[in-house]
Amino acid sequence: MSEKKLMKGNEAIAEAAIRGGCRFFAGYPITPQNEIPEYMSWRLFEVGGQFVQSESEVAAINMVYGAAGAGARAMTSSSSPGISLKQEGISYIAGAELPCVIINMVRGGPGLGGIQPAQSDYFQATKGGGHGDYHMLVYGPSSVQECVDILYNAFDKADEYRIPVMILGDGMLGQIMEAVTLPEMKDVSKLPEKKWAATGKNTGENRRIINSLYIEPDELESLNRKLFDRYALIAERETKYEEYLCDDAEIVLTAYGTVARIAKSAVNILRENGIKAGLLRPITLYPFPSKAFLEVANRPSVRRFVCSELSMGQMIEDVKLAVEGKKPVDFYGRTGGNVMTPEDIVEFVRTEVLK
Amino acid sequence: MAKVFEKTKMLTDAPFHYCPGCTHGIAHRLVAEVLEEIGAEGHCIGIASVGCSVFAYNYFNCDMLQASHGRAPAVATGAKRADPSNIVFAYQGDGDLASIGMAEIVHAATRGEKITVIFINNAIYGMTGGQMAPTTLEGQKATTCIYGRNPEINGNPVKMCELLATLTGPSFIARESLADVKYIVAAKKAIKKAFEHQMKGDGFTMVELLSSCPTNWHMTPEQALEYVRGDMEKLYPLGVFKEV
Ligand SMILES: Cc1ncc(C[n+]2csc(CCOP(=O)(O)OP(=O)(O)O)c2C)c(N)n1
Ligand code: SF4
Repeated sequence: MSEKKLMKGNEAIAEAAIRGGCRFFAGYPITPQNEIPEYMSWRLFEVGGQFVQSESEVAAINMVYGAAGAGARAMTSSSSPGISLKQEGISYIAGAELPCVIINMVRGGPGLGGIQPAQSDYFQATKGGGHGDYHMLVYGPSSVQECVDILYNAFDKADEYRIPVMILGDGMLGQIMEAVTLPEMKDVSKLPEKKWAATGKNTGENRRIINSLYIEPDELESLNRKLFDRYALIAERETKYEEYLCDDAEIVLTAYGTVARIAKSAVNILRENGIKAGLLRPITLYPFPSKAFLEVANRPSVRRFVCSELSMGQMIEDVKLAVEGKKPVDFYGRTGGNVMTPEDIVEFVRTEVLK
Repeated sequence: MAKVFEKTKMLTDAPFHYCPGCTHGIAHRLVAEVLEEIGAEGHCIGIASVGCSVFAYNYFNCDMLQASHGRAPAVATGAKRADPSNIVFAYQGDGDLASIGMAEIVHAATRGEKITVIFINNAIYGMTGGQMAPTTLEGQKATTCIYGRNPEINGNPVKMCELLATLTGPSFIARESLADVKYIVAAKKAIKKAFEHQMKGDGFTMVELLSSCPTNWHMTPEQALEYVRGDMEKLYPLGVFKEV
C-alpha cells in the first residue's frame, strides 16, 4: 500500500530505496547525507537486509561491488569528497557490468570545500568520473517526491542494464521536508533471476566470474563497444526531461535539481512581467536530453537559453553541444554554497540577457 | 587398479600461469583441497585480488569475484553478507593486503567478518616486477631499495598476524610456510581450521603463508625456499597467533 508522509529528502531516499528492493547498504559518514546511512542502519535489518558502516568510502563502494556481484540490490551514498574516493570502485563496477545505486548529495569544492549545496560534481558524474570508458545512468531529481519515484525504480533500471545508477542531489534536497507518497514495498523474492551473479551456487561450466580484467585488446575493445551500445539504448529509452511553458517561450531557462525549482519560480515572475520565459529541465543528466534541447532550439520563438547552475558552468557544455549553435546560451551560476534566488535569475535575464 | 591420487575438483583444468618454482600454485591447491574436504562445493565464493594471483578466478572451481587492489576484504564483506550461507574467501598478496589494503584487512578483521583470508607473504611485489613490499625484510634487495631495505629510509617490515591477533574480531590467525613438505602439511591443517571457524560463524579468519618469488628474488627455486626457511621464518615466526 502506498502512504503519504512528511519526510526529509535524505530519509525519503533511504525509504524509497528499500521499498525499491535495496537490501545492502555500505557507507561512511559525511555531511550533508548522514541521514541516509543513519536511516539505513536500523531500517535495513527490519526487512532482512544488511548495513555496514564501512571504514572509508573506498571500502564502502567495494562492499557494494561484492554484494552486487553476489546478486544483492546494493547501494551506497556519500557527498563530493567521498564520491571522489569511490571512483576506482565505480569504474570496476562499470567494467564488471554490475548494477548498483550511488547517491551523491553534492557539496561545494574543490578540496574539502564546504558543506553547503552545490552542483559542481556534474562533470564527474556524467563524463565518467573514474578511469576508463564508461558512463552511469545519472538522475538529477528536483523534489523529494521525485527522489522517491526515481529511487523506487533505480534498482530495476540498474538491473535491466547492468549499470551503476547515480542520483545527483545536493544538501538542500537532502534536508528539505516535503509531503511524499511512498509506494508499496517491492517483493524482492519475485525479482527476475540474475543469471550472471556470483551467488556461490555454481561450479564447473556454470561457474560465474565477476571481473573487469581483459588482457586481450580485442576482448577489452568489444567490452567497450558493448557498453556503449547499451548506453545508446539507454539514451533512446530512459532519457527524461520536463518542459514548462516552453511552447511560446522566447527565453528558455534551463537547470536541474533544486536550481530547477528556483528557475521555475523565475519563469513565473518573468511571465508576470510580460517576458515570455519557459523552463527546460533535464531529469536524466546522463543520458542528456539533447534531442529535446535541439528541438526547442529550432523553434522560431526561442531567442536565447539561460543555463543556471550551482557551479562555474558544467551542464552548460552539454546544453551548448545539444543546441548546435542554433541559439546563444548564457550562463548564470553561484558557487561556494551560495544559492541564487528566483529574483537573482530574473535580474540576470533583465540586465544581461535582454540588454 | 586403485586410484591413489586425484586432482581436487575445486580446481579447474586451466593451467597455472605462475613462474617455475613459485609457491602460489601450492597455496591454490591447498585451499582447493580444503574447500573440497569441507564440502564447500555449490556454496562458495572466492575473491581474487590484484597481484600475481589476479587470475585466481580462472583456477578455483567456484563463483569468483575479482577485486580492486587491496579491497578484497571489503568485497568479501559484501559478498558474504549478501548471502551468509556461502563460504567466502579472499586470496591476497602482501602488497595488496598489507600496504594498499591495510585499512580493509584491519577493519574486516575487527568487525569479525565471517570470511577466510589467505595471505601470501612473498616479501615482494611480484606482478609489478620486484618492488619493495611492506613485508620486505631488512637488508632484502628490491627494485625500489637496490642496496637492501634500510629501515632509516624505507621503514620497517610489518607483521600482519601479530597485528591482527591483537583485535577482538578474529577467531583464527595463523602463519605457516610453503617452503617444505612438512610445512605444507601444517599449512593445509591451518587453512582447514580457518574455514571450519568460518563455517561455525566464529569470526574473521586468516592464514598467512610464507611464500617464495624466485623470479623477483633472483634466486633458483631451491635457494628461494632456503631463504623462506631461514631469514624469512626468523622474522616471521610460524604458529597460531589467535584461536577462539
Ligand atoms: C590502484 C592500483 N595501484 C597499483 C596497481 C599495480 N599493481 C598491480 S599488482 C601490484 C602489487 C602486487 O603485489 P602483491 O600483493 O605482493 O602480490 P604478488 O604479485 O607478489 O603476488 C601492484 C602495485 C594496481 N593494479 N592498482
Ligand atoms: S613473479 Fe614471483 S610471485 Fe609472481 S608468479 Fe612469478 S614467482 Fe610467483
